[in-house]
Amino acid sequence: MWSRNNVVTALAALAAALVGVAIALIFFWIPDDADQGISQKIFYFHVPIALTAYACFGWGALKAFLHLWRRPSGADLESYVAIHQGVIFGILTLVTGSIWARASWGVWWAWSSTQLVLFLVLFLFYSAYFMLRFSVEPGPARANLCAVYALFGVVLIPISFLAIRLANDFIHPTVFTSEGPQMEGSMFFAFCVAWAAMLALAAALYHVELAGKRLDTTLRELRERLA
Amino acid sequence: MSQGQYLAAAYLVVFVVVLAYVLIIATKLVRLQRDVAAIAELVAEREPPAELRAEPESPRPQVTLG
Amino acid sequence: MNGYARDVAVLARKDVLLELRARDALPALLLFVVAALVVFHFALPADAAELAAKGMLWVAILFTALLGLGRAFLAERQQSMLDGLLLAPCDRSAIWLAKTAATVVFLGAAELVALPAFALFFSALDWQTVAAVLLANVGICAVGTLVAAMALASRARELLLPLLFLPLAIPVLVGGVGASVADDPGRYLGFLALYDCVFAIISWASFEYVVTE
Repeated sequence: MWSRNNVVTALAALAAALVGVAIALIFFWIPDDADQGISQKIFYFHVPIALTAYACFGWGALKAFLHLWRRPSGADLESYVAIHQGVIFGILTLVTGSIWARASWGVWWAWSSTQLVLFLVLFLFYSAYFMLRFSVEPGPARANLCAVYALFGVVLIPISFLAIRLANDFIHPTVFTSEGPQMEGSMFFAFCVAWAAMLALAAALYHVELAGKRLDTTLRELRERLA
Repeated sequence: MSQGQYLAAAYLVVFVVVLAYVLIIATKLVRLQRDVAAIAELVAEREPPAELRAEPESPRPQVTLG
Repeated sequence: MNGYARDVAVLARKDVLLELRARDALPALLLFVVAALVVFHFALPADAAELAAKGMLWVAILFTALLGLGRAFLAERQQSMLDGLLLAPCDRSAIWLAKTAATVVFLGAAELVALPAFALFFSALDWQTVAAVLLANVGICAVGTLVAAMALASRARELLLPLLFLPLAIPVLVGGVGASVADDPGRYLGFLALYDCVFAIISWASFEYVVTE
């Protein structure tokens, strides 16, 4: 119990420190982008948030696989919390990506942006995960269903990515210039720091939410035993 | 909206979402505190019969001398 | 392996025969797909490209599949046959394979009506559209059968099935429309084949976990 609480505190402190350093680097250290100007700095949060969302979905799928294979008792809850974090970061990706599209290209949504469309599809898919989870009675059956669905999700990510790339050929001929700028050394370093910051933030939120849900379960069991 | 305002909007969204999370956690904490208080009451009600049985169950460290 | 194939054949044959005798779902599917095509004619403005109509064919197929999948496990659910099936000494994945095969047959029957109707209402078909439809069938039914089994367990199964199915069906749609519309369909047909392989394998492997505790 002591070591678990320490993990949460340590991660939160690490996340706070990294986010602070990242923002300082982004706004005070790296040079402005030549063609896009100051709004290019959105990239330093938008892409790490997207990558962190992928990481959360991957972690959720890993826990789901472990649940189906070895059946450890906590894996289902961990998978659920990871996917919850992934959806939160996915929504953030969509919102920051939309703002960036508006700043760069003047439109709030761009079907030609593979990343935005992929996140839209994943958002639909993982929202259905929650629909599934909350319309089935809690129990081993629900845990199995959600685990299988989480694994399907992680397989869907590359397949959808391919599909969207293929679709761009016949849907929208107008392609905006690519998102990832050529990064020189200092920009790359700031990007990595921002990425570490987002991962630490996701990890901290994950552990906080997991601790909360585990407390819920323990309290419910206690109440049942006492009543 | 100028470019700088779009930039600020993007970072503001991230900030607000994280703060919203903190708010949700705080609400949950209040609810958990209430639940723990309720359970503490339940335990207090059942304390007397539990006390009589408690003695043999609590481990007494055997202190050996020498 | 021989026993496995026999189990699959028996179960699939049961599903197809049940439907042929009852004849309640298949005529409805055929009528639905034709009605959908008529609706799409009215939904496309006058100067809509012929290509838009090809896209609509795929939408019609997808929603007809959804309709059929909603009833995929209906017999098992109504007569509690699923428990009986699960008690049977066959591999659980054989149930998935048999149900998928039967659904392919039904969807194929609907497409036998839909494709000529499309050629009549909109524009002539080429070999690439037909090939894409055949390939997409496998993927749609593979994923759809698994997802229908998932929806079985929920309280809102009719609502949940489309929600679970549509995001997974987007790549099929892209592959199918691309193959119908593009100049070189090879890439899209190859992608459909990839989707079929990948999702058939994971559906086959995970069906057991979906129906057991």
